[in-house]
Amino acid sequence: MELFNIFLKSAFIENMVLSYFLGMCSFLAVSKSVKTAIGLGAAVIFVLVLTIPINWVVSEMVLGPNGIFHTDLTFLRFILFIASIAASVQLVEMAVEKYSPALYNALGIFLPLITVNCAILGAALFMVAREYNFAESVVYGVGSGFGWALAIVAMAAIREKIRYSNIPAPLRGLGIAFILTGLMGLAFMSLMGINPATYFQQ
Amino acid sequence: MADANVKAAALEEKEPFFGKKERKALSDPLNDNNPITVQVLGICSALAVTTMVKPAFIMALSVIFVTAFSNLAIALLRKGIPKQIRMIVQLVVIAFLVTVVEQVLKAFNYETWKQLSVFIGLIITNCIVMGRLEAYAMANTPWRSFLDGIGNGAGYGVILLAVAVIRELFGRGSVAGFKIIGSTNEFLLNTSQISWLGWYQNNGLMVLPASAIFLIGIIIWLQRASNKKLVDVS
Repeated sequence: MELFNIFLKSAFIENMVLSYFLGMCSFLAVSKSVKTAIGLGAAVIFVLVLTIPINWVVSEMVLGPNGIFHTDLTFLRFILFIASIAASVQLVEMAVEKYSPALYNALGIFLPLITVNCAILGAALFMVAREYNFAESVVYGVGSGFGWALAIVAMAAIREKIRYSNIPAPLRGLGIAFILTGLMGLAFMSLMGINPATYFQQ
Repeated sequence: MADANVKAAALEEKEPFFGKKERKALSDPLNDNNPITVQVLGICSALAVTTMVKPAFIMALSVIFVTAFSNLAIALLRKGIPKQIRMIVQLVVIAFLVTVVEQVLKAFNYETWKQLSVFIGLIITNCIVMGRLEAYAMANTPWRSFLDGIGNGAGYGVILLAVAVIRELFGRGSVAGFKIIGSTNEFLLNTSQISWLGWYQNNGLMVLPASAIFLIGIIIWLQRASNKKLVDVS
């Protein structure tokens, strides 16, 4: 039940994009069509599922005072986290290039940019800050990746729907995407007060 | 391939030190190719640090420094980096420069460092830096890449400051810490005495991150209304 709560919380209540506004760059740029959005969403879920456990092991076994060096090396956290994320993304990039060249071309520069997607590093840092254990952090990785993917697919669906709407020409495309994100963010703020733990107790 | 390289090298030698292309690399990102409003890079930090003007200004300076020097370093190294590990190389360069910025800031301006600490670290994951490395520095000469870095950092800074001024003015009634509107007797103007400035109540929406998104959306609207070639036709 605890794990399910963490999943719900990370996917909906503390949604990476719409509550913390992390990972906005690729969220805005790749949400033009649902198909590409699903591709990038899946890639982000995959990278999060891969990197969160790796970074948990890194921070517990290498950087922590109980790790292999028996010293507090937490000042190296940023560099080691970003290195393990970069390595995983490079792996994903090579796999996508080999097995799905069409998706590779559609994602373009935003595939390597998953490395600098704030949502990935942000999730790793939140995981450390909230002192999750291994199982919890795996669930947290899946949940926040799922939330991110959900947000980008929803955004892409809205943008496909409004393609033929009568928007003022200068606001078309990016401008209206910003305003939509702001509105979605305001809507998601109302979820913040909901605590699934108390809901299931009743 | 080798022939093309020789030709490119010959072309580079002939070009002036600060010619048309260099000027373009510097001025393009300020308007026509602005990193935030046109390239859609570096939005996250634009939302987080723009509640007040001073941290936004320091942030803009740090980003200019990091983009300029990481572009320079990667443009110098670009022929020696294998494609498979280029991201890790780029990130090491960026992480090194960000650490330098953080330590300098900590030494000389501890107050602002405390205010910004997390977001200085997040310059590593600021898409502008790596986006420009991938898109420009990997394919251009060091000098031109350096100017491109300064230009992109400045283009980011301009938007950051514009958003920060609006948010601080309407959210807190001040600009860079000086009270301007709202009922108060702090700082320069004793606005509680001046009735035409004292009526203002701070707007709580402007403190929320969502307001930065709306403001950037409106800036994009204004920019595209005055610059027709940026209008999205699709």
